[in-house]
Amino acid sequence: MDPVSILLGGLASGMVLFIVSVGLSVTMGLMGFVNLAHGGFAMLGGYAIVLAMRHWGIGFLPALALGFVAVAALSVVLERLLYARLYRASELDQVLFTIGLVFVMTATVTLGVGPETQVVQLPDWLRGQTDLGFIKYRTYSLALIASGTALVIALWLGFERTSFGARIRAAVDNRRMAQSLGVDVGRLFAVTFAIGSGLAAVGGGLGAEILGLDPNYPLRYLVYFLIVVSVGGLGRVTGVFYAALLIGVLDFVLKIYFPKGGTIFIYVLALLLLLWRPQGLFVKRAT
Amino acid sequence: MKIRLTRLFAAALLSVFAAGAGAQTVKIGVVLPYSGVGAEFGQQVDRGIQTFIKLNPNAFGPYKIEIVKRDSKNPSGAEARTAVQELIVQEKVDILTGFIYSPDAIASAPLATEAKKPMVIMNAGTAWITTLSPMIARVSFSMWHAAHSMGEASAKNFKAKTAVVGYSDFPPGKDSLDAFKRGFEATGGKVIDAIPMGGPGQVPDFTPFFQRAKDKKPDVFYVFVPSGDHAVAVMKTYNALGMRQAGIRLIGPGDLTPDHKLQSMGDEAVGLVTIFHYNADLDNAHNKRFVASWKKDFGANSTPDFMGVQGYDGMAAIAHVVSTLKGRIDADAAINALRGWKYDSPRGPISIDPRTRDIVMNEYLSELVKSGGRLVQKNLGTINAVKDMCKELQEGRCK
Repeated sequence: MDPVSILLGGLASGMVLFIVSVGLSVTMGLMGFVNLAHGGFAMLGGYAIVLAMRHWGIGFLPALALGFVAVAALSVVLERLLYARLYRASELDQVLFTIGLVFVMTATVTLGVGPETQVVQLPDWLRGQTDLGFIKYRTYSLALIASGTALVIALWLGFERTSFGARIRAAVDNRRMAQSLGVDVGRLFAVTFAIGSGLAAVGGGLGAEILGLDPNYPLRYLVYFLIVVSVGGLGRVTGVFYAALLIGVLDFVLKIYFPKGGTIFIYVLALLLLLWRPQGLFVKRAT
Repeated sequence: MKIRLTRLFAAALLSVFAAGAGAQTVKIGVVLPYSGVGAEFGQQVDRGIQTFIKLNPNAFGPYKIEIVKRDSKNPSGAEARTAVQELIVQEKVDILTGFIYSPDAIASAPLATEAKKPMVIMNAGTAWITTLSPMIARVSFSMWHAAHSMGEASAKNFKAKTAVVGYSDFPPGKDSLDAFKRGFEATGGKVIDAIPMGGPGQVPDFTPFFQRAKDKKPDVFYVFVPSGDHAVAVMKTYNALGMRQAGIRLIGPGDLTPDHKLQSMGDEAVGLVTIFHYNADLDNAHNKRFVASWKKDFGANSTPDFMGVQGYDGMAAIAHVVSTLKGRIDADAAINALRGWKYDSPRGPISIDPRTRDIVMNEYLSELVKSGGRLVQKNLGTINAVKDMCKELQEGRCK
């Protein structure tokens, strides 16, 4: 079997995991909020993108941007009204609240749009196959690899190399100290939350071609988001990136050679990786 | 005490007379996934039921029916079993029907036997389900109907020598694999690989499985997945991996071409060949009436598919039972009434095999073509009065 196409396929499936999970790493890792409604924002974004393309006839890329903005705006409203009250609540309260929010989102979408799966109409240039010179491969997989890579670089620069990123990390590590240094933590968290949710929306749109899009999306993929984020290590965008790629490629290869295993591999892999490094693969051990 | 007894007796007498006069209400328990991953299927069957009642208001004679719906949620069978239990114990229904997923029907069959309730299956297609209870009659299909016919047709019509089979890993998937293999290899072909492709609960990324199939270079790639979203993803992956250009023909049962998803599959689906017992483009008067009424009630964008017509036919079977038994449902008499029942359905002539209580119907070999700006099913040939070959050949658990 052709190793290059296996590698490309694996990378692409890892990129899908990364793109849909990275937003969760931002909210859960940086802000320390157990946001199980992450998939809900991804789903709302996916719907915004699909419906905008269908009803207003706008292109795929502008629709992605629109999805980001719309969901980010919605999430700020929810953050100020609901999430902000629970920042200091116990994790169980956060879990219960966000799971409840997922049910509300699922029911709203079912009622408003219907239970059926929505299909993303990709532009022609993203369909079919692309000739890379040495191999022909699925265009959309290549596009996913490119956009995932671009995303991780942008996020890494944003959180590790800007003063905005430094302020977020400071606020997470010691909220009171950051506040006394003049950081407006409330506003900072609102902005971070908006970015995380916007990223979820883009993930919902980009991943829909592979993962599908229907009202059960948030709960169906919740386990995937959590696996990737916990294996990657909380709050580490690059860690999530490597974890997603590692799981994606291994899962893909195992599925080709042992299809009988079905969807079990991703769970087995997560289990083994977490037994080996419980804090996540790419977190430095506490000293 | 004495007065009470007389009153009771009088009431009992009255109710007997009332039944004779036609006031008896027959309670029908419908078990379908109204929520969760199968919600669309549940909707199809439910709309089929409604359409039958609307188009055939006199089919039940003077007898009243009451429909009690229960949600079977997940395809595991557990919730369906709970629902059936409730319907029998609390609602005291006379007839059970619905059952989208095979595990739902498999888990519920023992309850139907114990409580002696006729169970009219409107979908669940695993071949051996009908052997699980003498109370079962199936108006839908067995996996063998399409898969076995497709195995024969691949060798005969397309001169295929080798095939790879990809299937969703649950009972009907394995059934479809066995049936295709039996039909194909008996006609001179050879199945060179069989790939389980995840379960029915969620649509997997088909890329690794299809890549494996592509590398085996078969003449035909036979795919069985649950109808609906799985089917759309299959078509996408097949095209995206360039399997058509590699000369591999994608074939399958009509689950691959669900009528209500057809237009969203895009032009890439043109040329896809399937075999099935129904498609919305079938050319007969009853089907035209059925589709027209459906579109009027549920919107021009909604199209009945095989599950819709199975809900319709299931209701026709139940109407036959209700009117034959004059509104008083005795389980054995009901099943006997269904044995040999014949009906002119939107899918063509159907009947219930008196021996196996399974359906006998036509299979239509169809090709997707573009006509008038939309995708339509072009009939390539009809195989008349196909029985469930699993039970005819006494295969495995069908003995």
